[in-house]
Amino acid sequence: MTVAETLIGRAHYEAGGLIRDWFARLNRAAERGEPAAYVFVMGSMAEVLQAFDLHLVFPEINSLQTAVRHVAHEYLGVAEDAGYSPDICGYVKADVATQIQSGRHPMGRIPKPSLAVATNACNTYVKWAEIWERMYKIPVMTFDIPGSRTALGGAAPGTAAFERDRRYVEHQLHELIAICERLTGRALDLDRLREVLGYTNRMAAAWRRVLELNRARPAPFNALVDGTVYLGVLNALRGTKEGAEYFDHLVEELEYKVATGTGTIAEERYRLLFVGVPCYPIFRRFHEMFADQGGVFVGSSYLWFATGGMDLGFQYDLSRPLESLSEGILLGVRHAGDAMLFQDQALIRQVDDLGADGIVYHPVKSCRTVSTGLAGSRKAVMQARDVQCLFIESDMMDRRVVSEAQLKNRIDAFFEGLESRRLRAVSGAAPA
Amino acid sequence: MQYAGGVDVGSTQTKAVVIDHARRIVGRSLIMTGANVVTAAQEAFQAALDDAVVREADIGYVIGTGYGRYKVTFGNDQVTEISCHARGAAHLFPGTRTVLDMGGQDTKAIRIGPNGDVVDFCMNDKCAAGTGRFLQAASFALEIPLSDLGTIALRAQRPVKISTTCTVFAESEVLSWAARGKKVEDILMGVHRSIAARSVALLTRVGVEEKVTFTGGVARNQAMVALLGELLQLEPQVGEEAHYMGSLGAALFALDRIQGSAAPVPGQTESAA
Repeated sequence: MTVAETLIGRAHYEAGGLIRDWFARLNRAAERGEPAAYVFVMGSMAEVLQAFDLHLVFPEINSLQTAVRHVAHEYLGVAEDAGYSPDICGYVKADVATQIQSGRHPMGRIPKPSLAVATNACNTYVKWAEIWERMYKIPVMTFDIPGSRTALGGAAPGTAAFERDRRYVEHQLHELIAICERLTGRALDLDRLREVLGYTNRMAAAWRRVLELNRARPAPFNALVDGTVYLGVLNALRGTKEGAEYFDHLVEELEYKVATGTGTIAEERYRLLFVGVPCYPIFRRFHEMFADQGGVFVGSSYLWFATGGMDLGFQYDLSRPLESLSEGILLGVRHAGDAMLFQDQALIRQVDDLGADGIVYHPVKSCRTVSTGLAGSRKAVMQARDVQCLFIESDMMDRRVVSEAQLKNRIDAFFEGLESRRLRAVSGAAPA
Repeated sequence: MQYAGGVDVGSTQTKAVVIDHARRIVGRSLIMTGANVVTAAQEAFQAALDDAVVREADIGYVIGTGYGRYKVTFGNDQVTEISCHARGAAHLFPGTRTVLDMGGQDTKAIRIGPNGDVVDFCMNDKCAAGTGRFLQAASFALEIPLSDLGTIALRAQRPVKISTTCTVFAESEVLSWAARGKKVEDILMGVHRSIAARSVALLTRVGVEEKVTFTGGVARNQAMVALLGELLQLEPQVGEEAHYMGSLGAALFALDRIQGSAAPVPGQTESAA
């Protein structure tokens, strides 16, 4: 096999295997009744939970998998029959249906929770965790992570304000550790925690490098399609040896693609940013509507907030693990929250940094947290940069509110606008 | 002489226009789309050719637009109705910076840049509230022809407030006002106000800049024109060709292709012929 044949596409192949193995482990855990922790992508506390060798269940990932596998409507129907409104978060409803059906899921059986960990990064997380608390009478630990609180950014490390926030997080970490010790019957092993933190360090550094590599023309990966695959591994295997190795491989593959000028489609005509949550019910088709016209997503806010801020590339100091972990959690979750609360300035930087021609805003009906501010963000970005913007609404789970014909119509018009700009630029005329 | 054609296959009606080399409309047609979209496009185009007294062989290029644009099987290319309405409006009303197109199931607000590009657009989302279909529901409920609604509504003295945004529920709300003894003209003005308010909200999202041109089938409704003027505090430009604006824009793009200019250049400003 040539180097190209060995490297290109390896990340997809390996991700598929890792995610299947992960679900297989969850299936075995469900059959054996092993303890599992339910967590969320924005502040999973994976390092602590991995140090206790608890199985990690990400209900958000379980739910989106039902949409990608075209069975979400069955799950939504079960939850709605149980009284959950069509207007609330689709992820919550698919999870509720999974619980009602004893963990039945297209990827295998999902174990029941022994513990749930939430954060205030999403207001729905809190009420979602309460559902499990009522269903299973399990301990729920909801972290209150101080946010940036101003558009100017949060308190900087080293300041007194930052230290106050950090200590607040560290106290909560000790509460979680106490719960885990009671649940597993063993004390926290700091060396094991250091090992886990070391793996996360490798993954975070690699992830930062991955995102940087998309500055290249053509971009080596599509932030919407490929990026979401990488994201799955980043969350599910955070703090693991397999995860660290996967990201080492990924960097190698993408660096090779950049060096050889290998893009994701035959001709990259337009470099786009994606803002919001993907349209999972028609995930592939949604991407094709852009790719068919030469549009490549070079950046995505999803790869920012849904990683819990891993794009910062924060490196834990293994000589002071808990202190450093609390610092990393504070910075990461705060940064993820900024993706929704103080987004416009970061998008403007991304337009410049990645050389974006257009931005696609995709508010979704069932996630108000990520969708609420998008209209204002769009206006602010359009005032700051002469960039073509598209505002299309659908959903991340519910195909009843995904109209492919309407999406296609708007996307076509968006590309007509991009093409018009391109032609004017070629002819030397001033842009609109 | 070579001619260009534009066919706008909408959800309710299909419109076709034939223009000559000087961008003059020489033929047009309007038919109901019905169930067979391909046939509707063919029939509308043939009717426009007949109206123009032009042979199909003399048509150099045809562009399809509207939801059924990919069903214009005899066409050479497709352009969205967003670009076509902008192009048509900028052609007939030079200096147009904002377009409101109100059709059977769609309402579009389009902002045009100084050089004629579509800068931004916004459409009603996944439901027909605020579109012509809302008027159709009222027409059906009150058993009044669609073409008479505007004239009757303009006689209103105490318009009712229609609260529903659902086109299906609109019918029952209209009937409930009728059952309470409200005058037909007051009910109809309430319906018109409801639609106009939603359209203005769309316009606000893209930013209203003068001049504003009102296109689409609903632009023939005098009550709607008056209400938009009142709510926007300006006089929208409405032409006799308002209903054909999408197909005219498509024909103009088609003529560009014949005349060798790069395509598509949505919304390009030019002097009206």
